[in-house]
Order: sequence, then C-alpha cells, then structure tokens
Amino acid sequence: MADLFDGIWWSGYVWPTLITILLILCIMIPIMLSVAYLTLAERKVIGWMQLRKGPNVVGPFGLLQPIADALKLLMKETIIPAGANPVLFLIAPMLTFVLALIAWAVIPFSDGMVLADINVGVLYLFAISSLGVYGIIIAGWASNSKYAFLGALRSAAQMVSYEVSIGFVIVTVLLCVGSLNLSDIVRSQAGGGFWNWYFLPLLPMFVVFIISALAETNRAPFDLPEAEAELVSGYNVEYSAMAFALFFLGEYANMILMSGMTVVLFLGGWLPPVDAQPFTWIPGPIWFAIKIAFVLFIFLWVRATFPRYRYDQLMRLGWKVFLPLSLFWVIATAGFLVAFDLLPHSMN
Amino acid sequence: MAFAGFMFYIFAAICVACGVMVVTSRNAVHSVLFLILAFFNAAGLFVLIGAEFLAMILVVVYVGAVAVLFLFVVMMLNVNFTELRRGAKNYVYVGATLGGILFLELAIVATSWTLGPQMSAITLGPVVGAVSNTRSIGQVIYTDYVYLFQGASLILLVAMVGAIVLTLRQRAGVKKQVIADQVSRSSKDELIIVKVDSGSGI
Amino acid sequence: MASLDRTARSFLLAELLGGMALTLKMMFSPKHTINYPYEKGPLSPRFRGEHALRRYPNGEERCIACKLCEAVCPAQAITIEAEPRADGSRRTTRYDIDMTKCIYCGYCQEACPVDAIVEGPNYEFATETREELFYNKDKLLANGERWESEIAANLELDAPYR
Repeated sequence: MADLFDGIWWSGYVWPTLITILLILCIMIPIMLSVAYLTLAERKVIGWMQLRKGPNVVGPFGLLQPIADALKLLMKETIIPAGANPVLFLIAPMLTFVLALIAWAVIPFSDGMVLADINVGVLYLFAISSLGVYGIIIAGWASNSKYAFLGALRSAAQMVSYEVSIGFVIVTVLLCVGSLNLSDIVRSQAGGGFWNWYFLPLLPMFVVFIISALAETNRAPFDLPEAEAELVSGYNVEYSAMAFALFFLGEYANMILMSGMTVVLFLGGWLPPVDAQPFTWIPGPIWFAIKIAFVLFIFLWVRATFPRYRYDQLMRLGWKVFLPLSLFWVIATAGFLVAFDLLPHSMN
Repeated sequence: MAFAGFMFYIFAAICVACGVMVVTSRNAVHSVLFLILAFFNAAGLFVLIGAEFLAMILVVVYVGAVAVLFLFVVMMLNVNFTELRRGAKNYVYVGATLGGILFLELAIVATSWTLGPQMSAITLGPVVGAVSNTRSIGQVIYTDYVYLFQGASLILLVAMVGAIVLTLRQRAGVKKQVIADQVSRSSKDELIIVKVDSGSGI
Repeated sequence: MASLDRTARSFLLAELLGGMALTLKMMFSPKHTINYPYEKGPLSPRFRGEHALRRYPNGEERCIACKLCEAVCPAQAITIEAEPRADGSRRTTRYDIDMTKCIYCGYCQEACPVDAIVEGPNYEFATETREELFYNKDKLLANGERWESEIAANLELDAPYR
C-alpha cells in the first residue's frame, strides 16, 4: 500500500491523469458556456435581422435566458416511446454530445496551448466530424418513427456527400502547409498579418468550406434533417427533456467546432490580423475566440437570410458543383505549387 | 508501457467481442453497429502501435462512409435475418469443412513462422523522433508501390463507373429541371405588359 | 456578353451576397417589437373586442329586447329572453353571450337600433375557466359601465362613416 503513493505510481500515472482531467474541464466548461450563449446569440441576431428584439425578459437584455431554458429542459420528463429501442434511443444523444466535445482535444487555442498536439490532427477532426452522423442515424432508427427515420436518412446522405468536398478543401490547405498538425497549419500562416492567411489565396475553397460546414452541421439553409415544415423536427421528434437538450448542445458545439476548424485552416488561428504593436498585445486565445465568433455570426447571418434548400438541389450542389470545383482546385493548387517551386520545405 | 499493454487488451477484447456479436446478434442493425464498434477498436489498436495515420483513415473511410452506407441499406431493406438463416443447417457440413481447412492453413502458417530477433525490440513501441508515419506511408506508396497503388485506384474507378452504368437509366418523357435556364430567365423575355381598353379585350 | 455577365455573377455569389447585405442592414435599423404588457399598439375606433351593454346617461338600459342581435348572430352565441317590465316598457330578463362561440364579427353591434350592444376596445379578458366566458346580462352591463367613456369616444369617432 505504501509504494502505491510514492514513486512511479504517483508521478507517472495519477498526477498526469489529474492534470489532464483539469485541462479537459478547462476546455469543456468554456465550450458549454459558449454553447449556451450561442443559442441566445442566435435568437438575438436573427431577431435583429427580422426587425425584432429577441429574448429580453429573463435578466438584463435576456442574458439569463439560456439558463432558464436549460433548467426547463432539466426539469422535464424523459419520455421513451413504447416502440423505441431504449438502449440505442438513449445512446444516440450521448454519442452526438460526446463526439462534439472530444474533437476539441486537438484544437490549438494558442501556440502550444492544445490538449493533444498529435501529428494527424486534421484527420482526427475529419474522422470525428464524420462520426457525427451516427448519433443522428441511430436516433432516427431507434425512435421507431417515420419522421425521425426520414430525417435521419436525409442527414446521413447529406453529411456523407458534403464530407467529400470538405475533404478536398482540407487537402488544398494541407498542400500549402505540408503537415497534418493543426498547430503547424496555424504557424505556416504566421508573419505578415491577415494577407498571409489562407482565405485569400484559397478564397473559393474558403467559401466552399463555409457552405459545406453549414451542410455538415445541418444548419440553415441545409437544415433538411429537421425541416420543421415537412418532417416536424426530423430525427429528434421523439426526444424530450435532457436527451433533447444533449442533441441541441451537440449540434451547437459542432457549429462552434466547425467554426474553429475554419479559423484554424483559413483565418490564421490564434494569430492577430495585423502583426504590429497594438494587435499583438491581445493574447492568442482571445483572437481565436473573436474569429470563431465572427464565423459563427456568418452561420447565424446565413440562417436569417436564406430559405431552405430543396433536397435534390442540395445533392446537386454537393456532387455536381462543389465536388468538381474542389477537385479542380486541388489539382490547380498542386500544379501551381510545383510549377513555381512553392512546396513547403518539410515536403522536400 | 504497462498502460499501453492494458489498453491493448481492452481494445482487443472489445474488438473480438464485437466481432462475435456481429455474427450472432438477431437484429441486422445491431450487427452493423457492432461492426462499427469493432472498426473503432481496430483503429485504437492501430494507434497503440503508432500507426495513427492508418487509424484515422480507418475511421474516416470505414466508419465514416462505408459503414454509414451499410447501415443505410440494412435499415432501408429491413431484412429478416432469422428468416434467411432458416435453411442454414443444410449447409452446415460444407461450412464446417471450409472452416476446418481455413483453420488448418492458419495453424500451419502460425506454427512455421518465427519472428526475427530484432523484431521484439521494434514492435515494442512507435518510432519516436523519426519521420511521421504519414510521410513514411506516402514515401512507400508513391515510390516502390506506385504502380500497384495506381492499379488499385483504377480498379476502384472501374467499379464506380460500372455501378453508375448499371443503375443509370434514361427514361423518355421525364421533365428535368435545368437550373441554369431557370436562373437565366429575365422578366424582359417572359413578361409582356399590355394596356387593355375596357370592354375591348385583347 | 450577357451570359458571361450572368456566369460571373453566379460564381461571385452576387445575389447571395446582396441578400446578406440586406439582412445586415436590417440588423441595425430600428426594431418594431412592442414590449407588450407594458406597451400596447394603437387600436382603431372600430376595433371589435369584448362586448358591453350600454345605458342611457340617465341610467336606463338601452336594450329594448328587439332580438335583432340574436337573429343576426352567425355563431348563435346570443340568447335573449324578454318580458314587459312593471312600467310597461319592453326589457330583457336574460341577455347571455357565449364568448367561446362568438366570432367577433360585430354584426350584433351593426344590427342594434339603439346602440345597446357594442364591442368595446378591451381584448384582455382571458379567464382561467371556460365557465367565466359565458357572459350574462350583469357582466355585460358591468362591462358597459367600466368602458363607457372609451366606447362613447370610439362611437363618436366612427359616426361620420356610418
């Protein structure tokens, strides 16, 4: 018993585990808070764009609204439909929620400020986001309901389609970087402010990525899986209370994650927009948060502006427009880099 | 190292258990879900031996795309596998013979095969500080095995073209939407404004 | 040239960006929200809200039990019973409106020859039970007393158009 608490056990296993758990909490709690306030921001921004004020009753400017919503959902009863598969029915929301959180392990908040600085960070993100479809498809199937099932099928087809173009867009960025590590991607955009970020040379791919990210997170105008007008609310029709809240949290955490990915790949991560005195005083994580907020604002802005796509048009856009365009751009970027000998040094 | 060993046994045990469940579970959808869990644990095993690129590719391709399509098909078709298995007993001898031959072959391979003396040192853990395995895989498949690699991709391309040829059918008399035509319409071409005097008609 | 222009526009997402510019502009323009329980929107003098039975200034009730409102009511929400009073004038003994049937069409008000039954400007008369919405004569007369000044002002404003 005595040697359990001295030497290798303590310093080699227990202590690192405790520190890791602490770090995970340091990432998770701000994300959960951001998710809560993203729901408020969404209602506020869309309200303003529709000449309304948005929620303004609970607390000053409605700032306590997310807390009231969360409490309401916590108090409600979790209903499991009689025909549903109870185990899968409850696993699905947990899966969605967990997947939305574990992806944050590789996101660099600042230089060296990352939980797991792994070599294949981009692939890890891509893998996790492609797993997100399971939460939805299992929910749709386990609910044993036509609406939920149709929503799940739509969602699965949509996410698989748009992952292809997202993959090609990521490849164009990787060609310019020469590394799959997310910190390296940001570092390669350093020096010279915002005109060194990849959104300028790869502008068409930036646009394709943002639109695909909307489709990947099932956001308007691609929110067909939960199209209220035709599918009631799609895959989460049968869910109530905390299970529903987990879906909601997962969806919004995914939105923030995709924004984070956009920022890392195209908007220079933690780097300040101008590499000069007053801008460099602000620490990296704050720049990162500001940029994520900007991309999220675009998400909300698009939702307030555009009507929902029809499903066949969605598929047409994914396969007939984005796939050829991004494939062409991969080849064009590779050709350009080889022709002008601009390949990153680590690849030689 | 002890921790890695512990994780190996966890991943391996779950992987094998999932494999068994894939075969034995009554519901086809459950089978596919167990298959996905098995893929996932196989990816975990890849990470343990330091092949993180392969692990991620396994998750992206098999779990993220192929298994989704499996699940799709199984959910849509609603196949009753117990019904299909009803006649399986008739083939039990053929199956047992084939399985026995396969097992014998595996046993021969396993007993006649020895590891090189330096292998135990190499397999202990991932290579640290050397080239990342993403680049080493790239260096191998784009140099030594480039023709095989291209050949494999050509086979996949042929399979894709074949699938499209088999399923694409041109039906006559079907109205199709041409988005470009719709977008390029303007009110000038389509709309005439006529002043009509009352009582005269057009 | 026109097709080139169109292609360029569609590749530069001109229409999408135009739409987004519009919503961004709207985001900074004044909002139309009314903070309802504390602020209320303007009402037309013709607004058809909760019913009321009016009285003459001397306190005599206007209704003469002609039953025109009962007859015209398309939802058949009005029930009237009448008997001659002690002084020989014709008055109602019962005047009920089932507010759960009423469709607020205002025909009763149009039909009334003496401006007795009117629809006032009150629209905040929600109740906790269904029974409370079966109005009787007392309730309607009480409404008339409560809203008389507003009703009279509205009738006067609307008079030139009748």
